[in-house]
Amino acid sequence: MNLDVTAIVLQTGLLLLLAPLVSGVIRKGKARLQNRRGPPVWQPYLDLLKFLRKDMVISEHASWVFSFAPYVVFFTALLAGLMVPMVTMQAPLSLFGGVLALVGLLALGRFFLALGGLDPASAFGGMGSSREMTIAAIAEPALMLAIFTVAIAAGSTDLSRIVAATLGPTWSLLNPRHVLAFAALFIVLLAETGRLPVDNPATHLELTMIHEAMLLEYSGRYLAFMEWGASLKQLVLMTLLVNVFFPLGLAPVATPSALAFGLLAYLAKLFVLSCIVVVVETTNAKLRLFRVPDLLSAAFVLAALALLSTFLFQ
Amino acid sequence: MFLSDNAFFFLIAWEIMALTTYLLVSFEHEKEEARNAGVLYFVMSHIGTGCLILGFLLLFQASGAYGFDGFHAIGARMAAGPRNAAFILFLVGFGIKAGIVPLHIWLPVAHPAAPSNVSAMMSGVLIKTGIYGLTRVCFDFMGPPPNWWGVTVLVIGTVSAVLGVLYALMEHDLKRLLAYHSIENIGIILMGLGAALMFLHTGHPVLASLALIAGLYHTINHAVFKALLFLGAGAVVHATHTRNMEEMGGLVKRMPVTAFFFLIGAVAISALPPLNGFVSEWLTYQSLLQGFGTTPSLIRLMFPLSGAMLALTGALAAACFVKAFGITFLAQPRSAHAAGAREAAPTMLVAQGLLTAACVFLGLFPTLVLKLLDPVTQQLAGLQLSTRLSLADGWVLSGAVATGGTVSTPGLVLMAVCLLPLPLGLWLVFARGAKVRRGPTWDCGLQGLTPRMAYTATGFSKPIRMIFKALFRPRREVQREYDFSPYFATNLRFESHVEEVFLTRIYRPLNWLVWRVSRRMRALQAGSLQAYLIYIFVTLLLLLLFAL
Repeated sequence: MNLDVTAIVLQTGLLLLLAPLVSGVIRKGKARLQNRRGPPVWQPYLDLLKFLRKDMVISEHASWVFSFAPYVVFFTALLAGLMVPMVTMQAPLSLFGGVLALVGLLALGRFFLALGGLDPASAFGGMGSSREMTIAAIAEPALMLAIFTVAIAAGSTDLSRIVAATLGPTWSLLNPRHVLAFAALFIVLLAETGRLPVDNPATHLELTMIHEAMLLEYSGRYLAFMEWGASLKQLVLMTLLVNVFFPLGLAPVATPSALAFGLLAYLAKLFVLSCIVVVVETTNAKLRLFRVPDLLSAAFVLAALALLSTFLFQ
Repeated sequence: MFLSDNAFFFLIAWEIMALTTYLLVSFEHEKEEARNAGVLYFVMSHIGTGCLILGFLLLFQASGAYGFDGFHAIGARMAAGPRNAAFILFLVGFGIKAGIVPLHIWLPVAHPAAPSNVSAMMSGVLIKTGIYGLTRVCFDFMGPPPNWWGVTVLVIGTVSAVLGVLYALMEHDLKRLLAYHSIENIGIILMGLGAALMFLHTGHPVLASLALIAGLYHTINHAVFKALLFLGAGAVVHATHTRNMEEMGGLVKRMPVTAFFFLIGAVAISALPPLNGFVSEWLTYQSLLQGFGTTPSLIRLMFPLSGAMLALTGALAAACFVKAFGITFLAQPRSAHAAGAREAAPTMLVAQGLLTAACVFLGLFPTLVLKLLDPVTQQLAGLQLSTRLSLADGWVLSGAVATGGTVSTPGLVLMAVCLLPLPLGLWLVFARGAKVRRGPTWDCGLQGLTPRMAYTATGFSKPIRMIFKALFRPRREVQREYDFSPYFATNLRFESHVEEVFLTRIYRPLNWLVWRVSRRMRALQAGSLQAYLIYIFVTLLLLLLFAL
């Protein structure tokens, strides 16, 4: 039960470096599917650098909460990422919290993100905060139920143990419980990361934006940390999805060859999931705000079915 | 009341508590609102006491004495009928005091009517007496519980939690909002207690202790953060002379210390790490999760489903406190009162500061506090759990089952501190030359933002109101006066209501029925002495006939 400092440092580095790349890949993929050339996949890194260097304009109405929020968003996403097994079976920070802490940390980040949206007294920010908290609230039961389904099978909320239990001899691609819970979590992923059909990450149209509306007053390095935090959160949730449901390839021991294979397998899985996200985003139109609850209740029903299937297929 | 070991004395203390609270609720008796709230509280509280007296009489029948030690596990010697009746009577009696749905209606009325320090006391201590009573009766007196008791308590807890937070979201009266959150938190506590009863039924003392600890720890935590929030709200109300959030705003600059304390309380009550609300909800989740394996029957689906509802509650609570903090303290002041607000007096701040420190302590060092609950679980479930719950010298909190999962709130804070060099380094390398400028918020090219353009509390909760419209039955009325086009109204009146289903569907008809019956009964009281003598005579005869 010791903390492995090298593992923590390596996973932190991997999270920080990989998160913008995933955003870039998704953006590029979307552009290709829409017959555009699109920005290069490393564009998000350049954006981050640019934001870091820029001067900041802070609203005269804003208080310290506004300045504090970007760091909370960034740190909570990063800490949550350390609780998910990425390349190895053992997540470096498993001891400090499992999937419940992960959900809690992301909620803490969202809490401050929404406060940061309200702080500059802009109606756009308030609108974004209101919608973000609403969507998060209705996504949460589906998320938790889907997580409970896998956690119950493992008898633990510790993600390392969950992954180990999933990887057991009974793992199969078409286990109905896994398929249903995966579908539920995938819908939650779209909602939580502000993707179509729930929110459009590419829009700045006043009345449709959710996540971007809260960031409207942010600039300079605060914006950099907000964007980085958002892409970290996306990476964390995607990692959760690919590694909990398809734990193949995770390195059981920390030998160089196992780690290299684990990293390759992980990147491949992430790439596949990104492609799925790209296809879903390109083929779906944005839903009207009050249709989003229907989508998320579908996710809840899927998760409940996943739970029920534990009875039916045993 | 907590010290009494005798049903008789317990009820006397209970009544003294109810009566003094009545006086405190109607303290500002010159306001009609406070008088009505006092009477409502008085009536509800006495219905509860009536149930308790009957319940204790049933126990007395079985044991032959009023002492609590005589009541110990008395339920095992009672027949099923009176035993279940006693359980229901106690559930209603204590439930009214605790404020469970649907017996909660006095709570959102009485809390805001009382002065804020009294509200803090009521939320922190008074409603917890109901929890104490229920725990004492269910776990100590009633013996091994049948399954439906636990299921009932769990369902009531889940329903109270979700409905409490949903109604809280609809409020823009700061203190009523907090009062509805008390209902929510009582619900969360009852989820723990209900799960514990179910585990006792299936014979899992370890899990029962875990669920009990989760419930009791949340009781402590709720007492602390809710008192903190009520004191903060009191300071705000004192400074702005209004309880309406729509007239606040911008207070973070005018009352910075109160704002900081309120924010800590808001994070704690929203069950966000690393504060105390998160820890007790984590324990609740753990017990619900482990509960799935305790029984093969379909009943076990209750556990994950109530876990999902707990997640919904937590997320809605976070939304509600983004609203409560954001609208009250952030953005521009929305009224002259808010613009002229001053920081609260140092004495008020000290009280809030102590409670804030308690929130942080209970959040970061739960293992120290859980040791204090050992005697309780020892007495009620038969084993001590604190050593199992603490790992790594108390730095890590563990679920009761070794593989169940761990969490470490101090560890998370330490990790965050260790990561601090990261943004600092980035700043040093890239952003040292960047300048910071203050500017106006983007106003779409208009003549500057006015407070009227900012998002309101009602607007903030609108999506939730629309999604749950089957429950709220929102009604709105818009009247426009205009000269040539409705888009350029010269005068606009807007009213929006949500219906409180319990009030309109249950209590109003009930009230109406009581009035009707009372009016009929009035015929008896004709004012003639002869008639009264006849009543006495007939009663006497009937009693004599009974005795035969």
